[in-house]
Amino acid sequence: MNALVIKDLSKAYKGFKLDNISLTLPRGCIMGLIGENGAGKTTTIRLILNSRKRDSGSIEIFGEDNRINFKEKKEDMGVVLDEAYFPDNFTVKQVNVVMKSTYKRWNEELFYRYIDKLSLPHEKAFKEFSRGMKMKLSIAVALSHDAKLLLLDEATSGLDPIARDEILNIINDFTRDESNSVLISSHIVSDLEKICDYIAFLHKGRLVFCEEKDELLEKYGILKCSRADFEAVPPDAVKGVKENNYCIEALVERRRIPSVFSVERASIEDIIVFIAREGTGR
Amino acid sequence: MLLLYILYIYSRKGVGILDIIISNSSNQPIYDQIYSQIKNLIISGKLKEGEALPSIRNLAKDLRISVITTKRAYDELERDGFIYTVAGKGCFVAEKNVELIKEENLKKIEEYMQKIAELAAMCNISNDELVGMFQILIKEEE
Repeated sequence: MNALVIKDLSKAYKGFKLDNISLTLPRGCIMGLIGENGAGKTTTIRLILNSRKRDSGSIEIFGEDNRINFKEKKEDMGVVLDEAYFPDNFTVKQVNVVMKSTYKRWNEELFYRYIDKLSLPHEKAFKEFSRGMKMKLSIAVALSHDAKLLLLDEATSGLDPIARDEILNIINDFTRDESNSVLISSHIVSDLEKICDYIAFLHKGRLVFCEEKDELLEKYGILKCSRADFEAVPPDAVKGVKENNYCIEALVERRRIPSVFSVERASIEDIIVFIAREGTGR
Repeated sequence: MLLLYILYIYSRKGVGILDIIISNSSNQPIYDQIYSQIKNLIISGKLKEGEALPSIRNLAKDLRISVITTKRAYDELERDGFIYTVAGKGCFVAEKNVELIKEENLKKIEEYMQKIAELAAMCNISNDELVGMFQILIKEEE
């Protein structure tokens, strides 16, 4: 069964259009949504959360339109947006009290376990929290009401590497249970490369690809060679080219490159940078 | 101390500590790295007949690799007769197929011999000389 199925989703704003997005997140998997600022990541997540009206297309969560029984669906979704907001003078304890009356399946014990695991203070007021602490608090909340689908929008951006790693570990552990799924957007590609099963790449409101991460890494490679040697490379195996005075660097489909060339491993970051440059005609 | 504790936890579950090292710089696909390392653990006897393998999900999460990739490696191990699946319980090391292992090792021996033949041809060493070298080596080991 799929946790999330999006079909032909479109939404136009002034000066921006989310154009015919289709993607499927199978249950038990983590999907990373990559794209530059303004690519449409946040719009997509808002549409899933039903906080914006779509122009066309469909969104299904656990096999049902996301607009049906939205109140109940909210219980199943843990949400972390790029800004965490709780009232300024709230402490962890008060957050717990409020959430207890908000969510039917609120798990107080689990919440405090996350709080301690993330070393958040119980008595400090929210306004004194650092950005990292605020993020960690909203992740603790999102994971403590028995949600099956976690949606994170830029949850790791602006955090230091250690805090990011802690958060990635928690997300990774969340999917040890195969009924749990995650959709996480970020422009920090290396973070997503670490934990995702699928990578969806949005660019200027369009979905460039949505593929299995390891398949991408197997499929593409970086070829560095001289201009003369490059002539021998089949042109349709080349997905993007960077040239300088000394050599050519290209993103290529490994399987179609003659074995005399040595092809290096491409990171997800290499893949999207090359493809995005090619798409815009440099 | 901590290591002992980890050992303890793992041995309770029936899964010993396994050395599986995934290299990101290698050109070998990740599923193939898992496949060949688990296969070697089975052939070398570090994973014993009937022993439970880590669950696909836990192995994937511990190694921080994709669940899909891990499943692919397990599927190939099963297809090649090294492991079997019990629905709802997980994967286990299959009965050692002596023929299969012999075949595997024969293949390796052939590969090495191929290399020896190439090297010998490169510096004009005759077959008799090669055989002689081999006999001396065997005698020394005895």
